[in-house]
Amino acid sequence: MNNVLRNLYFAVIGLFLALPMIVVAGVSVNAKQTLAFPPKGFSLSWYGEIFLNVEWRNALFASLTLAVLSAALAVAIALPLAWFLWRRIAPWANIFQLLGIAPFTLPPVITALGLLTFWATTGFYGQPWTAVISHAIFFVTLPLVTLSLGFTAIDRSLVEAAATMGADDKTIFRTVVLPLILPYMVSGYAFAFVLSLNEYIVAYMTVGFTMETLPIKIFNALRYGYTPTMAAVTVLFVATAAVIFSLVARFGDLPKLLGAMAADDK
Amino acid sequence: MRREKPQSLLDYAPIAFPAIMLTVFFVIPFATMIAVSFFQREQAGFYTPAFQFANYERFISLFFANVLGFSLMLAITVAICCVLLAVPFTYLLARMSRKAQIVWLVALLSVLSLSEVIIGFAWSTLLSRTAGITNLLVAAGIMAEAKALLPSFGAVLTGMVYQAFPYTVLVLYPAIVRLDPTLTEAARTLGASPLKAFFTVVVPALRNTLTATLIMVFIFALGSYLLPQLLGRPQHWTLSVLITDQAIYQSNMPFAAAMAVFLVLVTLGLVALTVIAGRKGEAA
Repeated sequence: MNNVLRNLYFAVIGLFLALPMIVVAGVSVNAKQTLAFPPKGFSLSWYGEIFLNVEWRNALFASLTLAVLSAALAVAIALPLAWFLWRRIAPWANIFQLLGIAPFTLPPVITALGLLTFWATTGFYGQPWTAVISHAIFFVTLPLVTLSLGFTAIDRSLVEAAATMGADDKTIFRTVVLPLILPYMVSGYAFAFVLSLNEYIVAYMTVGFTMETLPIKIFNALRYGYTPTMAAVTVLFVATAAVIFSLVARFGDLPKLLGAMAADDK
Repeated sequence: MRREKPQSLLDYAPIAFPAIMLTVFFVIPFATMIAVSFFQREQAGFYTPAFQFANYERFISLFFANVLGFSLMLAITVAICCVLLAVPFTYLLARMSRKAQIVWLVALLSVLSLSEVIIGFAWSTLLSRTAGITNLLVAAGIMAEAKALLPSFGAVLTGMVYQAFPYTVLVLYPAIVRLDPTLTEAARTLGASPLKAFFTVVVPALRNTLTATLIMVFIFALGSYLLPQLLGRPQHWTLSVLITDQAIYQSNMPFAAAMAVFLVLVTLGLVALTVIAGRKGEAA
């Protein structure tokens, strides 16, 4: 394929990916309370609405809290598991790795329904903390994958050297393993955080009636017609995701995290 | 340090927390769901333990056969569209500079992380009469007046391809990036055009990857539950929509659970196919 054709192809795909966001961004700066495109007038008041309107602000706060806590819990589950699989020979332990990947591989409605029946049966249905655990289990796959990748990248002779010098497992973990694994931990956290921020069905089925996260709030608001505030929230979400993934790319090796070889392997 | 077998009970300690969490909050909920699928439904959203196949029997009807058929057809169409679009895209992407790759990967990850609610909202705006793309066409003088392009099957398909495309690229990316570049170089040296080299060397080398990707995108698309509701008519609803509807609005958990178990069986069957396709790929 020659270059002109290739650039045209990439431009069309790029436009396809960007078009909904362009229209939504246009709608979000409308001066009036209507969804008009091209926008009529210019106003940033709908962005202010997210923070000034108590319902939108609560939803934003609920989503952020949920994402911060559930991503932390997901890393807390994934780290010891990935470390154990790297440190020990215990073939049966691979079952837990499979269990960690399963929730993300199945259609989300299934994980959501499983958790709904569980919380309903145990009587905890509707408690905010159940959403934290639900999201942590649903997204544990992401830190598990990045951390497993990180552990395979560790040069075992480094650890060997530390052991020869008399360091015990705990010291080795703290002084050698942790610094090497930290970038993978951070990116795993970032992936889980961004996806939790945007997740709808699991949150809806666990706490949908008692707590409104932003995606739930947007969906509920959709039933009463569209407002430019939804467009403003959408733009904010895309921007947040883009910033976080750019930071991951800036401080880590994004192609490698996504399965390509490292830059210095080539 | 070599990997060692656990020597004492204390060596197992690190795995205790993840093992407990995954067992209590994934395995047990899953088992609960399977159990509930055999339960008897009571009024007002309750259910009592029982062992009956009524929920599954109810599933065997023309209505659900139609829904299942439509869900499968939609997911297959989405998977084929995505793979056709994504294979050349990913192939060209893998040959770009690392910097350009990173920019595209960030964009793809950002779209991938978007909630279905937001994708549905964005596309319904884009396809609407008041704020949609037809306004641009009117402004450009191509169309006489703006019109709504939804609800329609085309809208559902577009939205779902939009949602699944970044996923498809990221699934293909590792395999395509690691593809041996000498393969195409050899074909080019022997006089094949770039297009011919792509279809006679790259595509056959990726055959197993393509099969696996088709199946993974199919499963991904099968999980879509909001886009058919937001962009389509009731006849475009999928099995995932019906499961949510039964669980939340009809309060019929046993029936929702039975449908979910059925969906798992379909999915697992396809995951098994992926694994078999992958094994064959390693052997080749």
